[in-house]
Amino acid sequence: MKRTVPLMIVLVGGVLMMIQYFIPHRISQSVFDSYTTWIPIIGAFALILGVGSLTRLHGHKVRHRAPNWPYSLAVILSIYLMPVFALLLPVSVGGGMNSPSVFDFAFMHILVPIQSTMFSLLAFYIASAAFRAFRAKSLLATVLLLTAVVVMIGQVPIGELLGSWFPKLGLWIIDFPNNAAKRAIGLGVGFGILATQLKIIFGVERNWLGGVGD
Amino acid sequence: MYETIGIWVAAMFTLAIYSFLYKENPLYRLGEHLAVGISTGYFIVLTYTQVLKPRLIDPVFQESQWILLFPAVLGLLYVTRFFPKIAWLSRYPMAFIMGTSMGVGFPLSMKASVLRQLEATILPLYQPGMPWQDLAGNIVLVFGTLAALIYFFFSKPHKGLFFGTGSKIGVWVIMIGFGATFGFTVMGRISLLIGRVQFLLKDWLGVIH
Repeated sequence: MKRTVPLMIVLVGGVLMMIQYFIPHRISQSVFDSYTTWIPIIGAFALILGVGSLTRLHGHKVRHRAPNWPYSLAVILSIYLMPVFALLLPVSVGGGMNSPSVFDFAFMHILVPIQSTMFSLLAFYIASAAFRAFRAKSLLATVLLLTAVVVMIGQVPIGELLGSWFPKLGLWIIDFPNNAAKRAIGLGVGFGILATQLKIIFGVERNWLGGVGD
Repeated sequence: MYETIGIWVAAMFTLAIYSFLYKENPLYRLGEHLAVGISTGYFIVLTYTQVLKPRLIDPVFQESQWILLFPAVLGLLYVTRFFPKIAWLSRYPMAFIMGTSMGVGFPLSMKASVLRQLEATILPLYQPGMPWQDLAGNIVLVFGTLAALIYFFFSKPHKGLFFGTGSKIGVWVIMIGFGATFGFTVMGRISLLIGRVQFLLKDWLGVIH
């Protein structure tokens, strides 16, 4: 019951869904339609697990006044106030999802700026990483350096000033040699995905069962 | 008023995150934790409005599609993870999702990640009227992909004309690919940085127009 039945569900579900792809029949289509309806519903409940774990972790810190507990309080408050304002409270007190509302404000004026600033922060770190990685210590490192420089300069106006051929060279590198490398890596990843999918369906790969009881 | 306060709050959080460049500080930590909390709250709302309500609650209570209670009960079994004695029940929804998704995904992955890639690589090197750059590009694309694949093929020693030379060319192709990807990523981050600086100088301070 604890291990065999889940493994059987995976095997039967996997083989059934794999076969239905090759059978263009009404029943096969209805099986696929049920799948597309059911999976998001089941997946949505996984959110309870995530929110529950997060609440438990930060709740523990707040209850025990652990170091930096006010930050944990900020996490818990923001997790629960977002749905409360968006779904429960009336528009007159800042509820609802449209602008102006607390939900919209938190998303547009807190989350979006924080996230885009965090990503832009990487510009500074990537610059220092580039300095370390781009030292032309070998021929291959020089190739990496030159390619990156051509692609970067080819995308800014200064590239055009160097010559109309410069941005075209950058695009050519992206379109052809870059695509060749990506395609080879992509094919490797693709075969890896296929192998992993078969291993999971046939029960060779069982790590997803986790350590919850035997 | 709403927009003005919004711009000020956004500017404060932008500066709070940038303050990390100096060193970690309470303002940065607050921003970091709020990002976790708000994004989780946002996904709760999104999951309810986009999935649970239109796909489960409305069909069950308005159209009496009781069969949908089955995936709902299966989904609820996830919660058993919090109770160690019956935590193994959470394997059932996971097994259902894993099995069916792997089954659906297998032919699709085969098509998108393998066959389509091969199809796009097996192309005529030359066609009448083709500019020389495209001819050179096609040669690089076809033989470069092959060479890079040889480099990733570890079942044979990389020696001899085919495997030895092929893998050496493959490393070059991969390095060019990494260089291009790195350059592309740097430019993406720089444009985000420009966007934030523009926000601060234009929307918040009004220094530039």
